[in-house]
Amino acid sequence: MAELGAGSLQVGDPALNYQERELNERLKRLYPAVNEEETPLPRSWSPKDKYSYIGLSQNNLRVHYKGHGKNHKDAASVRATHPIPAACGIYYFEVKIVSKGRDGYMGIGLSAQGVNMNRLPGWDKHSYGYHGDDGHSFCSSGTGQPYGPTFTTGDVIGCCVNLINNTCFYTKNGHSLGVAFTDLPPNLYPTVGLQTPGEIVDANFGQQPFVFDIEDYMSEWRAKIHGMIARFPIGERLGEWQAVLQSMVSSYLVHHGYCATAMAFARATETKIQEDQSSIKNRQRIQKLVLAGRVGEAIDATQQLYPGLLEHNPNLLFMLKCRQFVEMVNGTDSEVRCFSTRSPKSQDSYPGSPSLSPRHGATNPHLHSTATDSPTCSNGVTSKNKSHSKYPGISSSSSSSPSSPSSIVYSESNSTDSTKSQPHSSASNQETSDSEMEIEAEHYTNGVADSSSARIMNGTYKHEEILQTDNHSLGNGLPADESDQPRQLCGGNQAATERMIQFGRELQALSEQLCREYGKNPTHKKMLQDAFSLLAYADPWNCPVGQQLDPMQRESVCSALNSAILGKGCECSGSLSHFFLSLSHARTHTNTQMELLQFIHQLTGLNNLPDFNYPFQSLIF
Amino acid sequence: MACMLEAPLRISVLSEVTATSRHYVDRLFDPDPQKVLQGVIDMKNAVIGNNKQKANLIVLGAVPRLLYLLQQPTSSLELRTECAVVLGSLAMGTENNIKSLVDCHIIPALLQGLLCQDLKFIEACLRCLRTVFISPVTPVQLLFTDPTVIPHLMSLLSRSQRTQEYITQIFSHCCKTPEHQMILYNHGAIQNIAPLLMSPSYKVQMQALKCFSVLAYENTQVSMTLVNVLVDGELLTQVFVKMMQRDRPIEMQLTAAKCLTYMCRAGAIRTDDTCIIMKTLPCLVRMCSKERLLEERVEGAETLAYLMEPDVELQRIASITDHLVAMLADYFKYPSSVSAIADIKRLDHDLKHAHELRQAAFKLYASLGANDEDIRKKITETENMMDRIVSGLSESSIKVRLAAVRCLHSLSRSVQQLRTSFHDHAVWKPLMKLLQNAPDEVLVMASSTLCNLLLEFSPSKEPILESGVVELLCSLTQSDSPALRVNGIWALMNMAFQADQKVKVEIVRALGTEQLFRLLSDPDANVLMKTLGLLRNLLSTRPHIDQIMSSHGKQIMQAVTLILEGEHGIEVKEQTLCILGNIADGHTAKELIMTNDDMLQKIKSYMGHSNVKLQLAATFCVSNLIWNEEDGSQERQDKLREMGFVDILHKLTQASDPNLCDRAKTAMQQYLA
Repeated sequence: MAELGAGSLQVGDPALNYQERELNERLKRLYPAVNEEETPLPRSWSPKDKYSYIGLSQNNLRVHYKGHGKNHKDAASVRATHPIPAACGIYYFEVKIVSKGRDGYMGIGLSAQGVNMNRLPGWDKHSYGYHGDDGHSFCSSGTGQPYGPTFTTGDVIGCCVNLINNTCFYTKNGHSLGVAFTDLPPNLYPTVGLQTPGEIVDANFGQQPFVFDIEDYMSEWRAKIHGMIARFPIGERLGEWQAVLQSMVSSYLVHHGYCATAMAFARATETKIQEDQSSIKNRQRIQKLVLAGRVGEAIDATQQLYPGLLEHNPNLLFMLKCRQFVEMVNGTDSEVRCFSTRSPKSQDSYPGSPSLSPRHGATNPHLHSTATDSPTCSNGVTSKNKSHSKYPGISSSSSSSPSSPSSIVYSESNSTDSTKSQPHSSASNQETSDSEMEIEAEHYTNGVADSSSARIMNGTYKHEEILQTDNHSLGNGLPADESDQPRQLCGGNQAATERMIQFGRELQALSEQLCREYGKNPTHKKMLQDAFSLLAYADPWNCPVGQQLDPMQRESVCSALNSAILGKGCECSGSLSHFFLSLSHARTHTNTQMELLQFIHQLTGLNNLPDFNYPFQSLIF
Repeated sequence: MACMLEAPLRISVLSEVTATSRHYVDRLFDPDPQKVLQGVIDMKNAVIGNNKQKANLIVLGAVPRLLYLLQQPTSSLELRTECAVVLGSLAMGTENNIKSLVDCHIIPALLQGLLCQDLKFIEACLRCLRTVFISPVTPVQLLFTDPTVIPHLMSLLSRSQRTQEYITQIFSHCCKTPEHQMILYNHGAIQNIAPLLMSPSYKVQMQALKCFSVLAYENTQVSMTLVNVLVDGELLTQVFVKMMQRDRPIEMQLTAAKCLTYMCRAGAIRTDDTCIIMKTLPCLVRMCSKERLLEERVEGAETLAYLMEPDVELQRIASITDHLVAMLADYFKYPSSVSAIADIKRLDHDLKHAHELRQAAFKLYASLGANDEDIRKKITETENMMDRIVSGLSESSIKVRLAAVRCLHSLSRSVQQLRTSFHDHAVWKPLMKLLQNAPDEVLVMASSTLCNLLLEFSPSKEPILESGVVELLCSLTQSDSPALRVNGIWALMNMAFQADQKVKVEIVRALGTEQLFRLLSDPDANVLMKTLGLLRNLLSTRPHIDQIMSSHGKQIMQAVTLILEGEHGIEVKEQTLCILGNIADGHTAKELIMTNDDMLQKIKSYMGHSNVKLQLAATFCVSNLIWNEEDGSQERQDKLREMGFVDILHKLTQASDPNLCDRAKTAMQQYLA
């Protein structure tokens, strides 16, 4: 209703038209790299994405509280219509406190889609806020940190998101208060929350000039990046931009083992790849093993394919062995797997594709939406979600398994299954499913993204494919049982547990040996301690050190091993390449990267580099 | 010095070097002018970047010859220019080189050379002059000895970008005193330099900007003129604001912020002006951030401290901007443990700046906490803050000690901090230590702080008393500096407030009545006030009054008479009457007043004074004299009635001031009872 009213007003009201025009001009000026057809900018609060205690007026810019406001259970938030596009580079909005109402429990900040709206921003995961009553900042936590001054009626609070270094700072009446949050995830929405009657705030997404001089701040970053590029040594390679960029792309692909893409890229650009194809494939195989939690096999494969590598790198070996121990606890390592009748190539509890390398704990709305859209595969997804609640994008999704009818059927069949004949029968099923999966997955190894879904990161894309395969081939697959039954140490097998303890002793001995040879190493000690601590809890998956069991933890081990094979140390090179690398690592989303690159282009005028002779968009990051 | 040569060998090497150097000098004396020119050019090439060669040539007397050639009208312009270039090159060496050049009267010779028409020659001379003047060993006064020099330099500003750069650089380095500022100002420095802010050359812009910062510093006249200057149709303040934009070079932002700061402190820009609150202050806070160079952080913090010193609103804004209070804590982390191991160069650099960083941080904390209690709390709660101040008080660098005690003083204005953190960290200990033979400026700050620590509610008061502070404070009252005398007597006053008899006796003994009465005739009104305050505190509670008056009654009454008769402000007289009131409260002491008819007359006249405060104090005194429950009160009442006090009291019961009215009524009741 409000929207309709506003729409009809706009036609007749020249003042509004003027405001609209001013908004358009300001947004264009502030965020020239944003393509609003693809990623619209937030322009108002969303009448759909809010708690019922929130009322909107004045073109959905004014927010007022209409609940009881008895306690924190009556808190209510509203998100903006759209998330902040990464191509903004630097994004800013302001909120004016029209009235602090009864108690002034107001929070201003950011949140991801799906975060509970019956809360103030900052209290939950993927939610960030600065609160007026105490001036504290809340970083995904119910307890705040002292941050800035309190704010009240008449104050203008600004919130700036720096998407280049993933930080956020606030302003009060035009004065910068300093960094509040770091390591922000992508795709956050401007959010405000209110909690007591009478609280009213107005948003300014660019409708009016900002109190804080945000353009000055942006100019500093523009100059900073200009300077960074200007200082980057080119040396005699001057004028060979194309070659530099090509080798950058090529080395990225090779490093992460996107073999076919790398080959295709080399063909298209008529360049050579240093490493031969089989080597890339070998590395990829090893990586897959690690990511699947089969670290023991990965170690064997490495020792076989790259003799001497681990011997010369005892720290890496130790790290791998520690991981292997963790995977034994998890029940995924082949050394314990073999005790159950499950195949060593057993079910892969890692939800991502094995060849997916740069994956970070980011929300992935795509994954979620696909899951709900196609009921056939929703089972696989949701059941896994449950067992790996660490995946926020999934866990925060509103539609969980019960909402999908097929999933109910699924879990039912499963429970009957388990009552009849414990793991054995289902495990045999699992075997087939896994081999199927392996085969299927091979087709997508290089993740050549379909052009129609170019905006989906290849890894995620593949992931869906795999899951589907899983389901198609398997009618009533095993994955669901993991969600319904408590997971057990080493898969619940006595022999496996013994093997694990045996392995733990060996690990301890290795640690002592390393200590004798190379001196004390606090990192090793910590690793060992953490790994062994898992055994101290009845349910290792839900204990303070349970984080280790998260398949996501395999990534760092995997990347360390990969780098070692490639003979690289940690990636650190010239400032510019480091900068680009950090860009490519910072973001999960291809489109985010693309947008950021666009932003850098726009910042730096790098556009006048020689054109690529292939379409840039088809590159897979 | 890497290898120690055997002595004879070293001499032979030296003589070899000298021989080649001598050759260069000899060629300057060649009769053929063409060969001389070639000689100078060769010399130029030989000395570039070679400090040893420069020193050699100076020792061998090349400078007077070069100056001679430079001044000789018969020399070709080319030769004269080359001579100026070589001299400029020699000046680039060590400080000793500069000293030798100045001793050879290079400055007047070069200034003379500026009268020539040839631009290249002028530029060479200016370049050399610039190098000489920016050295700390050159007396800047040499620029101002000849009154024609400044106007001539102003006229040369239009010649080229180089002349602009060199001249403005000379100005900004030589303008050290208000007199210098006025000389430059009177010769049109502002009008001549303002357009250079728009120069296409960054160097010229920067030097012009620096000129304005030194011209405006603590100079109201210059600053007032600056706010009205237009450059290309734009107000100068706006030009400075633009120069503070965040994409400009840091040096430019910082210097522009300095200009605006100085103009603001000189009263030309209000502290609530947007360009100060929204631009200058945030810019200076940014300069304190970890990303800036150490030098920039020092300068930024010092400038910011200066900007907000007098304005609590600016202090409040700064305290919430970019976590400034926490940011400053980082200033104490140099040299860091990392830098020590990582690389020697960095360690050296950090060490050099460590003192500067610490003192700048202390200064800024002092400024931040000058007025606002909440900010003080925030500062004291910063990690290890009190420990840092305590160790700062005993650092070897006088600058750090001074800044640390300033900071402590600022924080000591907080009752809460005095009660808590100051006591917990025993700050009085290093403070007392600091008070032993420190320079005056440190003493002033330290003794001010001590005054606050001696306040009655301060838990540090006791241990300070026990540490034998009385002697030290008494010696301060004998200082030549009025500020130190005030602080000394002030501290004694605070110390005597509600103190034990023992302490009071100790104060009187240590100070000596002679000194006490000398202070009562101190030319500084503040000293007099605090001395009276001390007397008043000494004369409180009846037994103390009687005891002190029995031993010093005569002198005290004399001093009181003198002050009441003298030309003093209302406050002084009020304080004196209060002392009299205290005396009147004594058992035996009141007789000193009752037997002094002259004094009684004085009291009577003050009861009818036009100032209510004095009336109040006088009435208070009378009321004490006639108080009923004491021996002989009847006689005193009778005497005063005879003298006409009752009539006055009666009149005062009708006074418009309620306090006075009440007190008069209370006094009258003594008669009625």
